[in-house]
Amino acid sequence: MNQALPTLTLKDFASDQEVRWCPGCGDYAILKTIQRVMPELNRPKENQVFVSGIGCSSRFPYYMNTFGFHTIHGRAPAIATGVKLANPELDVWVITGDGDGFSIGGNHMMHAIRRNVNLQILLFNNEIYGLTKGQYSPTSQVGTQSPSSPTGSIDAPLSPCLVGLGSGGTFIARSIDTEAKHLSAIVKRGSEHNGTAFVEILQNCPIYNDGVFTQVKDKKLAPDFRVEVSHGESITFGQNNEKGIKLNRESLALEVVPTAGNEGEILIHDERNKVQAQLIAEMKGPNFPIAVGVLYREEKSSFVADVYEKLSNEDQERASLQALLESGQTWQVK
Amino acid sequence: MQVVEEKLDDLAADGAETLDVVVRFAGDSGDGMQLTGTNFTQATALYGNDLSTFPDFPAEIRAPVGATFGVSAFQIYFGAEDVTTSGDDVDVLVAMNPAALITNLSKLVKGGLIIVDSGAFTQKNLTKANYASNPLEDDSLDGYRVLSIDIHKQVLAAVEPFGLSHKDALRCKNMWTLGLVMWLFDRDRTATRESLNKKFATKPQVAEANIAALNAGHAYGETAELPAGVHIYKVPKAKVAPGTYRNITGTQSLAYGLLAGSELAEIDLLFASYPITPASNLLHELSSKKGHRVKTFQAEDEIAAVCSAMGASFAGSLGVTSSAGPGIALKAEGISLAVAAELPLVVVNTQRGGPSTGLPTKTEQSDFNMAVFGRHGDTPIPVIAASTATDCFDVAIEAVRLAIKYMTPVMILTDGYLANASEPWKIPNFNSFKPFKVQYYNNPVEFRPSIRDKDTKARVWARPGTPGMEHRIGGIEKSFETGDISYDPANHQKMTELRKEKVANISLDVPLQEVCYGEREGKLAVLGWGSTYGAIHQAVKKAVAEGMKVSHIHVRYLAPMPRNLGELLSKFETVLVPEMNTGQFIKMIRSEFLIDAQGLNKIAGQPFKIQEILTAITEEHKR
Repeated sequence: MNQALPTLTLKDFASDQEVRWCPGCGDYAILKTIQRVMPELNRPKENQVFVSGIGCSSRFPYYMNTFGFHTIHGRAPAIATGVKLANPELDVWVITGDGDGFSIGGNHMMHAIRRNVNLQILLFNNEIYGLTKGQYSPTSQVGTQSPSSPTGSIDAPLSPCLVGLGSGGTFIARSIDTEAKHLSAIVKRGSEHNGTAFVEILQNCPIYNDGVFTQVKDKKLAPDFRVEVSHGESITFGQNNEKGIKLNRESLALEVVPTAGNEGEILIHDERNKVQAQLIAEMKGPNFPIAVGVLYREEKSSFVADVYEKLSNEDQERASLQALLESGQTWQVK
Repeated sequence: MQVVEEKLDDLAADGAETLDVVVRFAGDSGDGMQLTGTNFTQATALYGNDLSTFPDFPAEIRAPVGATFGVSAFQIYFGAEDVTTSGDDVDVLVAMNPAALITNLSKLVKGGLIIVDSGAFTQKNLTKANYASNPLEDDSLDGYRVLSIDIHKQVLAAVEPFGLSHKDALRCKNMWTLGLVMWLFDRDRTATRESLNKKFATKPQVAEANIAALNAGHAYGETAELPAGVHIYKVPKAKVAPGTYRNITGTQSLAYGLLAGSELAEIDLLFASYPITPASNLLHELSSKKGHRVKTFQAEDEIAAVCSAMGASFAGSLGVTSSAGPGIALKAEGISLAVAAELPLVVVNTQRGGPSTGLPTKTEQSDFNMAVFGRHGDTPIPVIAASTATDCFDVAIEAVRLAIKYMTPVMILTDGYLANASEPWKIPNFNSFKPFKVQYYNNPVEFRPSIRDKDTKARVWARPGTPGMEHRIGGIEKSFETGDISYDPANHQKMTELRKEKVANISLDVPLQEVCYGEREGKLAVLGWGSTYGAIHQAVKKAVAEGMKVSHIHVRYLAPMPRNLGELLSKFETVLVPEMNTGQFIKMIRSEFLIDAQGLNKIAGQPFKIQEILTAITEEHKR
């Protein structure tokens, strides 16, 4: 695709629809970031397709001036797979939330990731059901008080990135709704990835789960509760990078250690190391910072490319339908 | 198959001739009865008889050897006149073991011929089949002609030169039996030899052993002294229209019809499915047709299958998904989205016995209600039903045409019987089919996704990848004017009525209902749909021959129904509706046309017998 594309701006990707999320919702920030990133991807606008399921985040396609399909609860990855199989030239984006993608649609998510379909999946994780008015979700912390768990939720939350890794994901990343620069870079890398790119975006719901990510988002607190991992760089954090992550080689568990005195012991982030990616993806408070960045990446041919390669091998010449009808044992009646 | 001339004037007076015969092969699921039946079918078609087959296999893949629940059977009905069912009563029963005999004996006519492998009638097998004493030695088979042969012994001797293991040698016993049955009906063995050579191309020794067994069985018939009354059957050839013929199952026919539809529309198909009995064969059939305009996708579940098909339709291909009852239930929400988003989609429902897991390998027509009504909201879709294995071809083409032209999901109803049954097919000339090339919208001037064709009311189809066509669709109600989200009460009323009208108007685009046998008015109309066609046809034919004023009307378009159906039915004093359910279509007929139609309902997992329908016709006619 070397032909010159028209120069586009953020405005070209904004539809004429009034955005109707609650004031202060993290989705606004994500929408702006994606609209700003789109022109930079330098891909034909008519080839951009946004597919979503049901929930607050799934309204997203209505606000993008691209092709969009707002579908049914949990099924966006399956529908997106069909779109991509029908026309592999399209850039297919899946917009989903924690309930949509990992509760009702968990099965499709797992298979879209393990097939390596070549989709960009953006998971808006606000750890709550917003559109149905605040019930706990599969990523809610234990003890989340909600209309359906007035005394606090009991079930253990799942980690979307760990599920992604366990499903055989080839691009697993995490970012934050309001960190436009970081999110832009991650989304760009994801769009260049050959296969399913899975990006978990920690997103604040100001109405039903406000502040659940304060520690990782707040300018003052974040240095101690969040670590930005970057390939080839040591994993350190803290107000003055005074803390680092170390692997205890006996227990095979991670530890937070002072940087000073542990030079050479601090983990270097290697996004091709799956075991390390699993350990880093699992880190959470209060004992560990939450890791953001590209946690894991692997080169692997995509499902859609494989399907088309098989087809082109078998499809050198268009088969004749008449010959098919006449195949097998035939006989003449005169 | 349509027979040109149904009276056989030149039928010889020779008493040895038989107009038609039903043969049933029965054995363990590992005995190769389906393969035996398929080869016999091919030889019978090549001989020139009209025929219809029905494989009847258990849900268990490999049940314990000798168990009654592991019996697999293959029935073929062939003859000189038009054959439209796999036959009521069996004339010749091949039973490879006691379990096959005890489970199939009731299907045999009195005086019918039984061929048994006495070598399998061991004490162990008799006990497994719950026989207190050996039926070959007591008087329980006195009403039948019995040909008892130690096929075990015969086959071991026949394949001895090929040095197979004892187990592999015994596996040839189905071919030995086939050889004998081919002698009995004067069938040619060439095609079977060819197919054995092809099947065992990498194991020439096994192919040769099987062919030797086949020949030995045939030679046994020629040379052995057989009991009185066992002789070669002479079944005159059927008189059929000239042309090139082949055998085809309903599944193959449906697959070919989908491919034909894709050629006529010049559109690629994405066939997305999830394995389920008895629908999986359609996925298998299309998966091997990659030189054609189809990609197949085995999805992670039924929901993903319908959803990926719908995604393909959004992208400009035609999505097709397929399942049986339980899977169609899971797809319901997806089908409703395709209705709301107005995307083309073809859904194939190969019905089986329900509810729940029900009878997965048996046939039923109990998904009519689900097909026509089984979705949330006011969600009409066209539903069309195939009546014979070969009719599946035309029905599939029609489904593709309607889905694209009206931007709607279309459901095809077949069933387990139709999917597996085979019949001869006069191969059509594909050039004679009228194309219906798909039209995508690409005019960016004042483009809205809600622009509609003024006649069909179908929404435009604007494919992703087309500049200037960027738009959003989805499950939320859309403004009639702009296609944007709308919660306006009047708009919802308008859109709901529009969806209803769009589908209802399809009745103007489909043929008027014809009477398929008998007069256009009279005392009694037998009204059917789907796979009951064959049995109703034969029953009505017999009733007319007996002087009754009966006609057969068979409906393909179940929703919307043909626009003249009510008027046509009103020309008859009584309407009888046979269905393999408790009465689903009949409720539609009664409520739509205010006709006091009478039901005839069979829910046994087996197709109607001709006699069952004839009895009901006779009773209704007497009133």
